Amino acid sequence: MRQRSNIRFMSRQEVLGYVLLAVILLAIIPLSLDVFRLNLIGKYLTYAFVALGLVLCWGYGGILSLGQGVFFGLGGYCMAMFLKLEASDPESTKIQSTPGIPDFMDWNQITELPWWWEPFRQLPFALSAIVLLPTLFAFIIGVAMFKLRVGGVYFAIITQAIAAIMTILIIGQQGYTGGVNGITDLRTLLGWDIRSDSAKVILYYVCSAALFICLLLSQFIRYKKLGRILVAMRDREDRVRFSGYDVANFKIFVFCLSAMFSAIGGAMFTLQVGFMSPSFVGIVPSIEMVIYCAVGGRLSLLGAVYGTLLVNWAKTIFSETFPELWLFAMGALFIAVVMAFPNGLASLFKRYIEPKLPAWYSGKTAGLGASIMRTDSSKETVGKEALEEKNRVVSKPISKPETVGTMAPSSDEKLEGGVYVD
Amino acid sequence: MSTKHEDFVLAVEGLTVSFDGFKAVNDLSFYVDEGEIRVIIGPNGAGKTTVLDLICGRTQATSGSIKFRGEELTRMKEHQIVHHGVGRKFQNPSIYDDLSVFENLEISYPRGRSVFGSLMFKRDREVIEEVENIAEIIFLQNDLDKPAGLLSHGQKQWLEIGMLLIQKPDLLMLDEPVAGMSVAERKKTAELLNRITQGRSVIVIEHDMQFVEDIAHRVTVMHQGKVLSEGSMERVKNDPKVIEVYLGH
Amino acid sequence: MFEEYSMAELTDILFMQGFAGLILFSVLVLMALGLAIIFGQMGVINMAHGEFMILGAYTTYLTSHIFETYLPALFDGYFFVAMALAFLVCFALGVLVEWGMIRFLFKRPLDTLLATWGLSLILQQLYRTVFGAREVGVTLPEWMMGSYAMTETIEVPINGIFVMVLTLFIASGVYFLMFRSLWGKQVRAVVQNRPMAGAVGIDTGKVDRYTFGIGCGIAGIAGSAFTMIGSTGPTSGQLYIVDTFLVVVFGGAQSLIGTIASAFTISQSQSTLEFFLSGSMAKVITLLIVVGILMLRPQGLFALKIRQ
Repeated sequence: MRQRSNIRFMSRQEVLGYVLLAVILLAIIPLSLDVFRLNLIGKYLTYAFVALGLVLCWGYGGILSLGQGVFFGLGGYCMAMFLKLEASDPESTKIQSTPGIPDFMDWNQITELPWWWEPFRQLPFALSAIVLLPTLFAFIIGVAMFKLRVGGVYFAIITQAIAAIMTILIIGQQGYTGGVNGITDLRTLLGWDIRSDSAKVILYYVCSAALFICLLLSQFIRYKKLGRILVAMRDREDRVRFSGYDVANFKIFVFCLSAMFSAIGGAMFTLQVGFMSPSFVGIVPSIEMVIYCAVGGRLSLLGAVYGTLLVNWAKTIFSETFPELWLFAMGALFIAVVMAFPNGLASLFKRYIEPKLPAWYSGKTAGLGASIMRTDSSKETVGKEALEEKNRVVSKPISKPETVGTMAPSSDEKLEGGVYVD
Repeated sequence: MSTKHEDFVLAVEGLTVSFDGFKAVNDLSFYVDEGEIRVIIGPNGAGKTTVLDLICGRTQATSGSIKFRGEELTRMKEHQIVHHGVGRKFQNPSIYDDLSVFENLEISYPRGRSVFGSLMFKRDREVIEEVENIAEIIFLQNDLDKPAGLLSHGQKQWLEIGMLLIQKPDLLMLDEPVAGMSVAERKKTAELLNRITQGRSVIVIEHDMQFVEDIAHRVTVMHQGKVLSEGSMERVKNDPKVIEVYLGH
Repeated sequence: MFEEYSMAELTDILFMQGFAGLILFSVLVLMALGLAIIFGQMGVINMAHGEFMILGAYTTYLTSHIFETYLPALFDGYFFVAMALAFLVCFALGVLVEWGMIRFLFKRPLDTLLATWGLSLILQQLYRTVFGAREVGVTLPEWMMGSYAMTETIEVPINGIFVMVLTLFIASGVYFLMFRSLWGKQVRAVVQNRPMAGAVGIDTGKVDRYTFGIGCGIAGIAGSAFTMIGSTGPTSGQLYIVDTFLVVVFGGAQSLIGTIASAFTISQSQSTLEFFLSGSMAKVITLLIVVGILMLRPQGLFALKIRQ
């Protein structure tokens, strides 16, 4: 039973899961696809940042944000502003009536670069703005909402309204933001042509690496007590409060983190796709990003990546062949994932594929994994160890938060309804 | 009583809360001594649970004061009140079904309660020993790895009491701790309470009169948001006003 | 921004804008009433509510076509038939959706939100397939066209007045249904204590189903009204959905008066601001103010303080 005192950063299955994802993203996909398709996958992966943030925020924290596109967009716009300024040097914009400012400003009769664009000439500023600005924005929203205990559906609706406001604002202020077309025609990053094939391959790897860093960071959070507090908070917010935690701070933290992930994704999007527009900010894209997370399994970090890839791949296939069917499929996906597979691909994998995998996968045989697991139980007797072995099998689900969520609603109902006498 | 104000662990004075004009608690005052077990009884809707809600900060008082060791609680947030040493158990067992018994207790362990504290929190020997120690007190030493959702109703009640104990509160507030328990479980719970109340003050809300007699030092009877009677169980039982509104039927 | 207008002009502007606001107010109220009933009763946010409204609008459009082609003599009265049909069609679809989807998602409000969003996508594509992507408009009967000149400078369109009267009528109908009928008593009983309502013999499942249906039906009537002031396209409903949510939340989910008051505030401030600012900025500012107030008072304007 010492196992619990030795909670591990990753279970054996998780290590294998990460290795598999690394092989797929870093070897199989780049080796088997041409640059165009690779760039497309790279674009999908930028949404995976958002989905990953939603796993933490919605799956673990129980906070459904329908405005993640806002943060994705803010990150993307910060990157785009830097790239646009670099592309708008006086030499290449000399045909404009005011050379040296972005072309869309010139078209809108703006004759001077707005003051808040000025600092985006510096890459370090732009990079820190990508991370900090959306996080700060999320912090402000989070403080205002969570300190006043706004949650659930109300929070979802308000974040949605914020997404709507943001889109209207960007489109309305086209002289400063590029309007409905967004910021387009981005060319170089510090003189490096981001539109070349080699740049696209390199950016794909950068994007994958950044995604892995975010994944590991999320894994770390889940492994620490913070992760368990999030789960606890989702189920019994009052109890957490009366165990002496300031629940609002935890919600603010996880919301900010998810905003930061989204913003990094947005910046990677701008770099790889070469533009940013309000069509990634509003209500529709924001809620679409939720479905990526839901398809993967709202409690599964790795699932978020697979879910994003799968949905986007399907979207591309559908829009290439039967564009009119795509919305039907998407709508059906929303309904199916909520009604039939609330824990998405991850739960299907657990139920149907995992049991069929050989024993080395789960490490149940007395192999290397098992002995690592019991390092600090050396003083236990052999007889007790056998008992532990049994206990560990029984308690297996709890060491794997993915499955834990599944049992919440139904078992809770059953137990309370059946046993409670008062 | 010649005790000064500061000698009370808890001093509730003139406490009132109204919900859209309805006064659930109306000008209520009572005092709890160091080490005392106080039981609050009263008919349904008398405002018992609301009093606990007010003390632990779940409901904001309309007026009046609640002083805990001389510090005003009415202006504090729930978690700050917990940090000052007040623990609260809810009427329905309120535990984390998705986490194991061990993790339930661990979360309640009073360390690493800030966001970054919880990120840096390490499950060291001290924590493990304390959790195992508490688990033994609440009869759950063999269920530490079980998901808490799979415990029986009585065990869930104990687990929640355990989660309070591990916080080491000076004032423990229990809302119907034996509701829904079997007779055997009730007896065990009474023992448990008598054991854990050493060195701390306890406020209990309970309907089970036998149980109240077993544990109470003093009893406060509430009716329509006010104190109807207060004193030893013996005195309260023979108070004609109490008999009329509560014990009589 | 006021200097360039004289006082009299300013009054007229405010009045005209106020009237334009009243039409927006009418549509918002009708949309929000349906949503508020559903949300108040079941805690469900129906993301497909806008699509139900559009279904009502398309029903009206079809009815107007049928009357125009087959019953031109009765064309003057088609609108009333269309409204009844819009209600019935949306009611039926609403009941079907509740039966096939919502009831399985009981107590999972966030999941319901996503599922109804999926439904809205399907409906949008369905409209696009059936009616085409282009927006359609209805022909108004003669008597609804034109406007009524109140003073020399103030003219109010007749269809606007009609929509407002209709709203008033529907709103009082809902009020009587909810607060003066046995049905309303049952609904309120379920809202306040579901297990208890079930225990005293109220079929809570049925109450849910019809409540959802009625909410959707009212959205259908809102769609009918909508055809008079705008043209109908597959995604027109989406434009209104955020505003409607805000109306409901802003008003306090379970208060009819709150819903009406908040629809009034939101539509009036938007249309008044619209005259002085660009339409998009007016909307941004209105939404920001509402979100700001909601952050300060999350329970809405007219919520009861209740004992937990």
